[in-house]
Amino acid sequence: MSFRTLKDILAAVQIRQVPFWEAVLLDDVKERGIAREQSFETMRGMYQAMRMADADYDAELRSASGMAGGEGAKLEKFRRGENRLVGDYLSSVMEKAVKMGESNACMKRIVAAPTAGSCGVIPAVLLSYEEHRDVEEDRMVEALFVAAGIGEVIAASASISGAEGGCQAEIGSASAMAAGAVTYLEGGDQEAIVHAAALALKNMLGLTCDPVGGLVEVPCIKRNVSGAVNAVIASQMVMAGLRSAIAPDEVIDSMRRIGKLLPGCLKETSQEGLAITPSAQKITQKLTE
Amino acid sequence: MNIFDIIGPVMVGPSSSHTAGAAKIGYVAGKLMAQPVIKAEILLHGSFLATGKGHGTNLALVAGLLGMKPDDKRIPHSFEIAKEAHMEFSFGETDLKDVHPNSVLLKLTGEDGRYMEIVGESLGGSVINIASIDGHAANFSGDYPTLIIQNEDLPGRVAEVTSELAKRKINIATMKLSRSVRGEDAVMIIECDHEVWEEAIGWLKQMEGVKRVTYYSQGE
Ligand code: SF4
Repeated sequence: MSFRTLKDILAAVQIRQVPFWEAVLLDDVKERGIAREQSFETMRGMYQAMRMADADYDAELRSASGMAGGEGAKLEKFRRGENRLVGDYLSSVMEKAVKMGESNACMKRIVAAPTAGSCGVIPAVLLSYEEHRDVEEDRMVEALFVAAGIGEVIAASASISGAEGGCQAEIGSASAMAAGAVTYLEGGDQEAIVHAAALALKNMLGLTCDPVGGLVEVPCIKRNVSGAVNAVIASQMVMAGLRSAIAPDEVIDSMRRIGKLLPGCLKETSQEGLAITPSAQKITQKLTE
Repeated sequence: MNIFDIIGPVMVGPSSSHTAGAAKIGYVAGKLMAQPVIKAEILLHGSFLATGKGHGTNLALVAGLLGMKPDDKRIPHSFEIAKEAHMEFSFGETDLKDVHPNSVLLKLTGEDGRYMEIVGESLGGSVINIASIDGHAANFSGDYPTLIIQNEDLPGRVAEVTSELAKRKINIATMKLSRSVRGEDAVMIIECDHEVWEEAIGWLKQMEGVKRVTYYSQGE
């Protein structure tokens, strides 16, 4: 992966005169010495695996801890009912994000994007989009390349690991990636894509990683919903013409610095935050019994 | 790292280090045995011990030993599958020195009596390191076909091995040497760009001073 900044990708877009997604694909082709089709089809495989994982959701399953499972079905029922406030698309995004997070906790097969803990964000935004707007699969695969390019830059110049950078690095990164991807699908150009990523990431800065019992369940599963919905609102703001006042690469660099400053007790060690609350203690006590 | 480490891998949840990495350690260890494992003593260290249960680390390790990869949907059912395959397994605790917090010591017995002790570390993002084999430092990732050659510490041995591999057109990706004490057995760890033919492995085995050759193949 040779892109270290979003500017690098924008420069490649300019030089090669290709769309954002294709610049990311061409870089992969060059770096791994493979055919263009191979890169594209591998990404298609990832998209299809996301779709299969979504379809495979099992409302009956519970995680080993007993904390996770069944809530995606509640959201589905709510989406189909009469009492909801938000529209079809956002309802679907919320539902799919929880379902994927629960599937992960219940040892089903998922696609880490960028991590297993944040695996619900990107598929929730993209699979719902495909159903809602009825677009061709190729275009969805292209959107995944957009997401991958943004994720690659964040991994190279900040972090995509909760243990290193807190949850802003996991759910935050996933949200930025999804924001760029959906902006591409909505017809945004490369500049709009990076600003959507920046707006999404800004909203997630400082997010700590404090999972109960060290398990990828609480708060992770529902946090996937906030990451996914946040991606959509960031993209909508950009499509309405709003821009990030802070340059996108500078937002990523802020995330890196904030991640360094976050104390270890808030980076996947479960020694602070939600993880040590009385409610959490009750849950973990049950786990060790 | 490439873009499919960002979008991907496809894996069975919940954790890339505690589930996918654990399955991969088991998988590589099973391959190193080169025969069905009939008994596995699985000793967990650090965070594998502390939070492994909730992450399915135990299930994933057993699944790997049975030859399942990290994306195998049968991982949650590996205990039952092990029973059917007549693989005995038990879990315990250990305190290994100088290892990553996510580590495991596997004591394995194979169908033909082969016995191996393997320490595996899960480094995060489903990347693993096989830290040692039978007490000798190993340090390889399982991402390449890998030769582990244990030999007497004689001068010229390394050059001989590499030149013979080159003659057989086997490209070396990385190579590491280790030795606990001067004059004692040395271990060569050679990660290759492609599979090593059986003929070459046979040749290595009968080389003077070579005590043992273990091969990790990526083939099915
Ligand atoms: S809280 Fe921690 S474990 Fe959970 S999703 Fe966020 S970074 Fe991952």
